[in-house]
Amino acid sequence: MNKNKMLTLDKLPVGEQAVVMSFTNDAVKLILLEMGCIPGETISVERIAPLGDPIAVNISGYLLSMRKAEAAAVEVRRV
Amino acid sequence: MSRSWALSKILLYVSNVQNKSKIKIAIVGNPNSGKSTVFNALTGLNQKIANFPGVTVEKRIGFFNLENESGQKISAEIIDLPGCYSLYPKSIDERIPFQVLCDPDDESYPDFVIVIADASNLKRSLFLCSQIIDLKIPALLALNMMDLAERKGLGIDSGKLSEKLGVPVIPMNALKKQGIAELKKSLLHSFSPPEKDFTDVQKYSPGITEEIKNIIHVSSDYAAFQVANNFEWISAFHLTPEKTGKLKKIISDRNFDSDAIKAKETLERYGVITVLIKEVVHEKGIMQGTHVRSKKIDSILTHRVFGYVIFLVILFLVFQSIFAWAAYPMDLVDRFFAWSKQMVAAAMPQGLLNDLVVNGIIAGLNGVVIFVPQIALLFAFIAVLEDTGYMSRVSFMMDKLLRGFGLNGKSVIPLISGVACAVPAIMSARTIQNRKERIITIMVTPLMSCSARLPVYTLLISLIIPAGYFYGVNVQGLVLFGMYLIGFIAAIAAAWLMKFIIRVKEKSYFIMELPLYRLPRFSNIGMMIIEKVKVFLFDAGKVIMAISIVLWLLSSNAPGNKFETIEKKYNTASQNSGINHDEIIYKIKSEKLESSYAGILGQWIEPAIKPMGFDWKIGIALITSFAAREVFVGTMSTIYSAGDKGTRSTVREKMQSEINPETLKPRYDFATGFSLMLFYAFAMQCMSTLAVVKREMRGWKWPLIQFAYMGALAYVASLTAYQLLK
Repeated sequence: MNKNKMLTLDKLPVGEQAVVMSFTNDAVKLILLEMGCIPGETISVERIAPLGDPIAVNISGYLLSMRKAEAAAVEVRRV
Repeated sequence: MSRSWALSKILLYVSNVQNKSKIKIAIVGNPNSGKSTVFNALTGLNQKIANFPGVTVEKRIGFFNLENESGQKISAEIIDLPGCYSLYPKSIDERIPFQVLCDPDDESYPDFVIVIADASNLKRSLFLCSQIIDLKIPALLALNMMDLAERKGLGIDSGKLSEKLGVPVIPMNALKKQGIAELKKSLLHSFSPPEKDFTDVQKYSPGITEEIKNIIHVSSDYAAFQVANNFEWISAFHLTPEKTGKLKKIISDRNFDSDAIKAKETLERYGVITVLIKEVVHEKGIMQGTHVRSKKIDSILTHRVFGYVIFLVILFLVFQSIFAWAAYPMDLVDRFFAWSKQMVAAAMPQGLLNDLVVNGIIAGLNGVVIFVPQIALLFAFIAVLEDTGYMSRVSFMMDKLLRGFGLNGKSVIPLISGVACAVPAIMSARTIQNRKERIITIMVTPLMSCSARLPVYTLLISLIIPAGYFYGVNVQGLVLFGMYLIGFIAAIAAAWLMKFIIRVKEKSYFIMELPLYRLPRFSNIGMMIIEKVKVFLFDAGKVIMAISIVLWLLSSNAPGNKFETIEKKYNTASQNSGINHDEIIYKIKSEKLESSYAGILGQWIEPAIKPMGFDWKIGIALITSFAAREVFVGTMSTIYSAGDKGTRSTVREKMQSEINPETLKPRYDFATGFSLMLFYAFAMQCMSTLAVVKREMRGWKWPLIQFAYMGALAYVASLTAYQLLK
């Protein structure tokens, strides 16, 4: 696996597709898991709020807003 | 392994629905799954609002009738449970589904559960559904928004889904009432829940469910497992300290690591669901029409510049239209009551009863009904903003900004709803998980100008600001907008200060769904308006009526024989001089009011409020307004009818002709009027709000702090304004 492809969700450029890999924060993990943000799902950043934070991510067909600090706890791999 | 239950096996037809003539149904689903639409379609207007015991969560109950094939009527009671993504609560609202569905002894425990799924978002909906199925309460899956799924290019085989899940599945478009009849029909059938669990929870901690079941009465193994997970905050199940102790021991003896187990269970469920979805859903090519449209709308409405401009313009238009549109029905209400006062006063024999009916009861009713147009309009606008999906975008745009003030993006909803009424607004702050942000939001929300201030503003603005247009903008409407802006600025400033004072360390989150944009569903909004107006008329109405009558008593009675003395004085005076008869009656009434109990009360606080430009009559209104602000207008009409020249003119006209005896200028000049508006903008004059803050914060500490700081702010602001402007 190419190491350059691994990054955290807050660093993923807008519009680029990635796959959810793992979580580094348990609380964020639980909230996101039950909303369907599970490892293996395709994820992309759809837009960034006007003030640069939070971000809106597209996950399995719906839009989820989260802060950058929360997105930093989601590890993704670019595809 | 096979879950292939033939639908016919599930639907064992029993004509008498378990021999019951009455059934209880609960309805659950993800937020934005169309739960309310289904609920409204089933019940129509047969619904009422109650509270779940012990918490302030609103409990919506509806009623409808079912008729089986032999023509027998079965009455159904249906409970709307708060929207959630799973049975694991993250906010107080979300505790309700767990509590109602896991405790068979709960008063709301249903015979059936209708799970509403968003067909265009099936995977996530099935997660909650699978948890409910495992609770072993007979469940039905209502596959809502089939049209949206269709447009997304998703074909769902609902027959196969039903086989796989082991529960009836009803495809529907609740908004178009499609599938409602089928849903009702399925409720007539009795069916048993599938025997096999979706996920076997035993393996996470073998034997724990048996041990829990020995202590408390639960509906199933999975419910027992849920109890272990939610143990920290459980208040249901008639737990005695002894039972709690036993449960605690079981959980700690086993080192039951709830967070890790929840995560494992969630992943396993999604695993099963992913396989299941591959079998029942086929993608007919991607046609993400609605998504593309939603994305386009987002690029405008959340634009880095236009986004904020559009938001301000929307708010501005809302206030302009409220001022413009509500003015006509309000004027009609006023005219109607002025007319009925006159009619009743003429029809009834003179005396105490006549006075009570005209100046106590009718004046009080007037003060209640006058609000209805504005409340209906305000709630309608807020409902439209929420229903279209715009409100969550505002949260999204504002989060970073509000965080700087100790708030959260989700504070936007309480703050904006606060413009209608602080009570539901404060309750909606529950979705904020972080305690500090939630406290600050609750503390500052009452500074937002609520609809109860609106009549006060309306009345005073019409007295101190001339009607007219400035570059096509209604000037009075502009000043009204300014008052709301002042409230908002005060709220933000107070929040910023509290950020440094309140010390609670807890992580803050902002994970929230941004629903697709959609057209407002006017039937839902209409239903909600009727509901809010009803609550207002009956709940707030009672308080206003009671205060009006007490006020009438206070203003028509005086200590000792003061009234007789006044009458005697003028009787002799009128015989000696040729003064107009009406003039004398007016003078008698005014003097009587001044010497009445209400007058004494007003004069007693006059020294404290005089620097703010208020006299004792306003003083009376300030005292009565501490129950609720809306009492102001009613009080004014009661006071001014007590010292009235006739019964024809409205409160506004009476107040306009009032002269300040010291300056000989109108009593309601700009300085006094503005100072009074500031006082009403900032002071905590609402018992209902204090009560709800007490319930939400579980104690008197926060409501008392709120009362004190808002009072101090109001006093200082009014005093400064009057001294500078007079």
